[in-house]
Amino acid sequence: MAKVLRSKEGWLFELCIDTFLILLFLVFLIPLWRVLMVSLTPTPDANDPTLGLFPPPWKWALISYKQFLSHPSFFKATYNSALILIGGVAVSLFLTVPLAYVLSIKDLPGRVFLSGLILVPFLFNPGLIPNYLTVTNLGLTDKLMAVFLPGAISVYNTYVMKSFFEGLPEELKESARIDGARELMILFRIILPLSKPILLTIGLFYGVHFWNDFFSPLLYLNRQDLQPLPILLRSILIASNLNEYVEYDAYSSASVESLKSASVLIAALPMILAYPLIQKYFTKGTLVGSIKG
Amino acid sequence: MLGIPLLQFFLFRYLPLWNAQIAFKDFNPVEGVFRSAWAGFIHFKTFFQSFYFAELIRNTLFYSFAKLLVGVPAAITLAVALAESHSKLLRKTVQTISYIPHFLSWVIMLGVLMMLLSPGNGLVNEAIKAAGGKPVAFLTTPSAFPLVVIFSDLWKELGWSAIIFMAALLGIDPVLYEAAAVEGANRLQRTRHITLPGIAPVVMVVVLLRLGTILDAGFHQIFVLYSTPVLGVADIIDTWVYRQGILDFQFSLATAVGLFKGVIGMILLILSSRLIRRLNGSALY
Repeated sequence: MAKVLRSKEGWLFELCIDTFLILLFLVFLIPLWRVLMVSLTPTPDANDPTLGLFPPPWKWALISYKQFLSHPSFFKATYNSALILIGGVAVSLFLTVPLAYVLSIKDLPGRVFLSGLILVPFLFNPGLIPNYLTVTNLGLTDKLMAVFLPGAISVYNTYVMKSFFEGLPEELKESARIDGARELMILFRIILPLSKPILLTIGLFYGVHFWNDFFSPLLYLNRQDLQPLPILLRSILIASNLNEYVEYDAYSSASVESLKSASVLIAALPMILAYPLIQKYFTKGTLVGSIKG
Repeated sequence: MLGIPLLQFFLFRYLPLWNAQIAFKDFNPVEGVFRSAWAGFIHFKTFFQSFYFAELIRNTLFYSFAKLLVGVPAAITLAVALAESHSKLLRKTVQTISYIPHFLSWVIMLGVLMMLLSPGNGLVNEAIKAAGGKPVAFLTTPSAFPLVVIFSDLWKELGWSAIIFMAALLGIDPVLYEAAAVEGANRLQRTRHITLPGIAPVVMVVVLLRLGTILDAGFHQIFVLYSTPVLGVADIIDTWVYRQGILDFQFSLATAVGLFKGVIGMILLILSSRLIRRLNGSALY
């Protein structure tokens, strides 16, 4: 009797849990679905009883995408975004790897001093204006570098990488040192070939950050032809006159909403394409960083 | 091999500390940081005595605490639900889709929110109209704007912030559950008496970490979402500093306010990491 009751209770419990998860799934899906559907229906029906979630397929069209993609500003912005992404990830890894490696050497002379040097700016942030003045005083205004150089070393990423290096067997480095190898050679010949997962993880951390960053470009890139995708997207979203950014005329083209939705999805596309990779490596990297020791 | 990383640190982390001196000066771009005249604590005084001081602090703390109070319990609930569900397909699907928004920038989020909330043809407003109500301009109505901020942040970060609790759940000894089942505890009781106490230490760490950065109320989010009609309920320290400094060229005043935030932030960060260290013996840094 007791057994029957218990399994019945378990069944109810599971039903509640699964219903909750299904509802949650819909909460995440519907907003994204809505954007997709609006982008696919350039001429919406005002009397649509389905609330625009299920427009009939014969109304679907790609004209919004075409109008967005065919405008020169899109190419320019994508090109700038790509440069920022590639330059940012390359420079960041180039700076973060040696720093993390040196910090991971246990008997490094002056290690406490070095840690302190890195920790002080992490703990105390003087705020937006001193950082802004620094970048502009260095003459970086209207240079794509201004977007990724100031944030090229993330203290958090450095520490995640450092804890990975610390986890590698010490004997590997010891034997190389006994053979007279210099630290730089140890790093390149021994450590880095073993570090592909962490390089990919940290590279993705930086990549997502630089791809999404809209604030640094806003601060430092005034020239229209230097603006990356997030800035173009923001201009389109808040614009009163779309003509500047996309092919648009009120009579023959797609609706404003449809155009905006299409640009949102295009800007998010690289993230969505890279998402399987991101999900795999990000989850691991986050846990390494958050609950070590 | 440390030369270039340290040069980057010197240029972009230490030079700003030097430039921060303009908080105590009357910064004049022509004279430069060093040669501008000293002004003492006048900018700090201006800030503390101004009418916006209380409003900025109130809004900043309101958004931080609201996001903490809504976000952490929601993330724990999601983690527990994912751990308890027996459907692997459902678990994987919900995990996958709930992480996606974390990787979208706030500019993209603005686009998504517009499609949902616009009074003309946003999905939410279509539903309100279908139910016979009047459409609400969520992004420009002072009473609705805070809800948009809190719940859009929840939507964006829920899945991601559940990860750490899911990892903590994996660390609970399964023997405890078996023993409780033998003793006749039902699923709900097991969750209440084993799962929740089991992840309590991690919850404490997460809350303390969040308290350490409590003055960061989500600058990018509010910067993207806010507008003049909602300024009174939207303006936080960071957005104010941006407007004063970058738009109105009040460099010294904006720097003073940023410095004030930086000092309080540092104290909170040190305190919270001390507490974390005392709680579980592991250091944050």
